[in-house]
Amino acid sequence: MAAVEFDRITCTFAARGRASGAYTAVKDVTLSIGEGEFVSVVGPTGCGKSTLLNVAAGLLRPSGGEVRIEGKPLSGINRRAGYMFQSEALMPWRSALGNVTAGLEFRGVPREEARRRAAEWLERVGLAGFGDRYPHQLSGGMRKRVSLAQMLILDPRIVLMDEPFSALDVQTRQLMENELLELWSADRKSVIFITHDLEEAISLSDRVVVLSAGPATHPIGEFAIDLPRPRDVSEIRMTPRFIELHDRIWHSMKEEVLKGYAQTRNRVAG
Amino acid sequence: MRRHIWIWQIVLLVAIFAIWQLLTQPGLVPPIAWRDNPERAAFFFGEPVKMFKVIFQWFADGTIYRHLWTTLEETVLAFVIGSVLGLAMGLWLGLSPTASALFDPFITAMNAMPRVVLAPIFMVWFGLDIGSKVALGVTLVFFIVFFNVYQGVKEVSPVVVNNTIMLGANRRQLLRSVYLPSATSWLFSSLHTSVGMAFVGAVVGEYLGSARGVGYLIAQAEGAFDINTVFAGILVLTAFALVLDFAVGWVERRLLVWRPTQEGTEQL
Repeated sequence: MAAVEFDRITCTFAARGRASGAYTAVKDVTLSIGEGEFVSVVGPTGCGKSTLLNVAAGLLRPSGGEVRIEGKPLSGINRRAGYMFQSEALMPWRSALGNVTAGLEFRGVPREEARRRAAEWLERVGLAGFGDRYPHQLSGGMRKRVSLAQMLILDPRIVLMDEPFSALDVQTRQLMENELLELWSADRKSVIFITHDLEEAISLSDRVVVLSAGPATHPIGEFAIDLPRPRDVSEIRMTPRFIELHDRIWHSMKEEVLKGYAQTRNRVAG
Repeated sequence: MRRHIWIWQIVLLVAIFAIWQLLTQPGLVPPIAWRDNPERAAFFFGEPVKMFKVIFQWFADGTIYRHLWTTLEETVLAFVIGSVLGLAMGLWLGLSPTASALFDPFITAMNAMPRVVLAPIFMVWFGLDIGSKVALGVTLVFFIVFFNVYQGVKEVSPVVVNNTIMLGANRRQLLRSVYLPSATSWLFSSLHTSVGMAFVGAVVGEYLGSARGVGYLIAQAEGAFDINTVFAGILVLTAFALVLDFAVGWVERRLLVWRPTQEGTEQL
């Protein structure tokens, strides 16, 4: 059974500040993410990738269509999913440890146990001894690690990631990607990873989904990534197979995106 | 110069009082104004030496403590009650757009009204004891806290809210772990102003009618044209306000450790 199924999802936003017309961010998206599958979604910036993720999280109700989580239609917040946001999402008034324990506290886990498990998780993401630091005292990469621990401590079956490493420098980013892969391979959660970086998408995923440019974004291509695991994200980029896949996806992406622009142009002209 | 700035500050303070003394003490220097009556300057402006004698006397025989305690009590009560009301109201209106739309003009009107004129009414309602002073202070503190908390709730990052929801927080937990801490951080950033306002409310209330408090001492001395005691009271109030401000700063530093400091963040 698929972990997440988007069934003809359409999201239309009422136009703000404009006299007429609504903005359709996402149109007729049908997409299925298998159990334990790592799927990356790539597309031009501002094409509605985050909208799709918010729909899967249950934070946004689609205007049309249905999301099914493990076969059941989703209503309200998706309790099986963990979400890692693009921008700063930690509570600035809580220490790193306090941020990681938050989810357990909400579930009524006793304080002592929550703190013990959070300390374990901080160690796993390489932040042992940083538990009492506040977010502003940590570097960008460290804050992302805290976010990762904060999400994974709840052991979600589905992980939604919205360009989580886009704000990091290249070295830190590759380090985090490798760590993510290592954590993921331990228990194979189903992952939807949003990015605009095709290399990142290929090196992490089992499958890459290419979206068209907005408005009315929809998938225009799917590519299975048959690179062997375990992978090292910086090394795998040198392999011929990677370059071949990159070439193919990039060409289809460019072509399809240009086609999309042409269609929009024609529609405006006609 | 910058490193020993406090020495210069003391020098400046002493100089101010020295010049004050020179210009007011009868017969010390030839009078500049009121040449016909050398006592006149002292009558209008007081003499620092006599002021300090009054202050010394107050502390020596202990009469001042009762008054200081009263003023402190009123200030603290006004601050606490005003803050709690402001916090509750700010949270409520911040989280409920309907309530906010309904109350908005009323709050704006009440904030625009000069609340000091309410003091006589409060005296009729709450008597000449500390109740009326606390009430006046509360009306001053409430709005500062309310506007700050309201702003604090409005400016909570939606990403932090969504993240907390995804971590499984229900409505109550969201309020407690996101909105309340954010609102209190804004409350603390207005701490200096609101404590100052509570103090103003207490002193003005005492001044207008009471039986104890530093404001009462000043009002009494004014009635007797005792300018030295008036200034002595003002000096004591000023020192008291400084101590209060220092205490607030200390509390602030302890409670807002999670905030990045102005000088820049401590990166690791």
